[in-house]
Amino acid sequence: MVQKRVIPCLLLHKGGLYKTEKFGKPTYIGDPINAIKIFNDKEVDELIFLDIDASSQKKDPNYKLIEDIASECFMPLCYGGGIKSVDQMKKVYSLGVEKISLSSQAVLNPYLIKEAANLFGNQSVIVTVDIKKDFWGKRKVFINNGKKNTKIDPLEFVMIVEDLGAGEIVINSVDNDGVMNGFDVDLLKEIKTNTTVPITALGEAGNIEHIIEAFDVAKVNAVACGSMFVYQGRLKGVLISYPAFNEFKNQ
Amino acid sequence: MIAILDYGVGNLMSIHNMFNKIGVDSVITSDVEEIRNADKYLLSGVGSFDHGINSLKSASFFKTLEKEVLDKKKPILGICLGMQLLTNSSEEGKEKGLGWIDAQTIRFDLDNKKLSIPHMGWSKVSIVNTNNIFRNLEENRFYFVHSYHVFCNDESNELATANYGKIFTCSINEDNIYGVQFHPEKSHKFGMKLLKNFEGI
Repeated sequence: MVQKRVIPCLLLHKGGLYKTEKFGKPTYIGDPINAIKIFNDKEVDELIFLDIDASSQKKDPNYKLIEDIASECFMPLCYGGGIKSVDQMKKVYSLGVEKISLSSQAVLNPYLIKEAANLFGNQSVIVTVDIKKDFWGKRKVFINNGKKNTKIDPLEFVMIVEDLGAGEIVINSVDNDGVMNGFDVDLLKEIKTNTTVPITALGEAGNIEHIIEAFDVAKVNAVACGSMFVYQGRLKGVLISYPAFNEFKNQ
Repeated sequence: MIAILDYGVGNLMSIHNMFNKIGVDSVITSDVEEIRNADKYLLSGVGSFDHGINSLKSASFFKTLEKEVLDKKKPILGICLGMQLLTNSSEEGKEKGLGWIDAQTIRFDLDNKKLSIPHMGWSKVSIVNTNNIFRNLEENRFYFVHSYHVFCNDESNELATANYGKIFTCSINEDNIYGVQFHPEKSHKFGMKLLKNFEGI
């Protein structure tokens, strides 16, 4: 059977790699190209790069940086950040990226999902859903790097984007970003039972047990995390790591 | 020189990047002359079957490619949709395939609710017929993304299988014509080895 995927998710900010905590406090991790070379050596399943500046600063994607990243990436590569049109997507795919993640735009302009899926194939169009609890503790879809509450119900939204042709959906729990407490398993389970496309849990695994829980209990197809692969120990020293392939072999 | 066929479908840069990495000369091209002079061909593609086959057949180089592959027996490797185009037909569309290998492209069983479609992820591939393209690749894992798979009418055309809900054919061959369902260009050292093997054929 297919192996479950474990995906380092790396954030681009000012041309470097950063890690955030609950979507704030960006901390410098290192140079993206160096990081990819390490992840190549460790034969990671896939990489996700999200540019956290592109959308908020209303900039075009940094094509040069994406090209540099893609030319060193000998594994599946997903890029997200600042994408608003199929023309931009075409350009990013042509650089050697095979998946593009839409996030805020998936809410603001859902038709882009459909248009892109028709043009580039469903498997190339990923939707990343940022989910945060509101004042009353209800989970809602947020946009603009977790700043704006759309008041949309996450499950409803996931089913809509699946219908529009998203080939894979990444569920990102903003409350859990960078705090390494594990995943929102209840929500993942609910989403998983109501969809057929692959679901990736993005959030914060602090250890292998968190990842195994997401696979075994929530039955997600993939897990993506940041902190676990770039920090070491309680004091969060920067050290890029990836669990040996064997640890997941039998999951 | 390996010509990576540019017919407006799919992600060709990542294949070119991997050929560069392993020191194999390749060029992304739709130029008839360049294609006539190439030693080998790489036919990649993503997206729908009908769009793929129509784009390929209407490419200005198509007649040249047909001649070089079918008459001059130059090796060609189809990847993902590129492999499916080598078959007779696909349940995904109405158009005929190239029919260069006697096989059909069929859909995964949707009744099995446990399976996410597309099949996306890494799988181990079992080699069922020895061939140089899988030389020293008994230990492997490859990256797959697809909703359809190939079914061979003649078992001797099967090179390898993988398992996703059922055992399915993931690599085919007939003489100088090869196909793989997975993405060697996204499969680390295993993909590098396979592409290097293809260069050496």
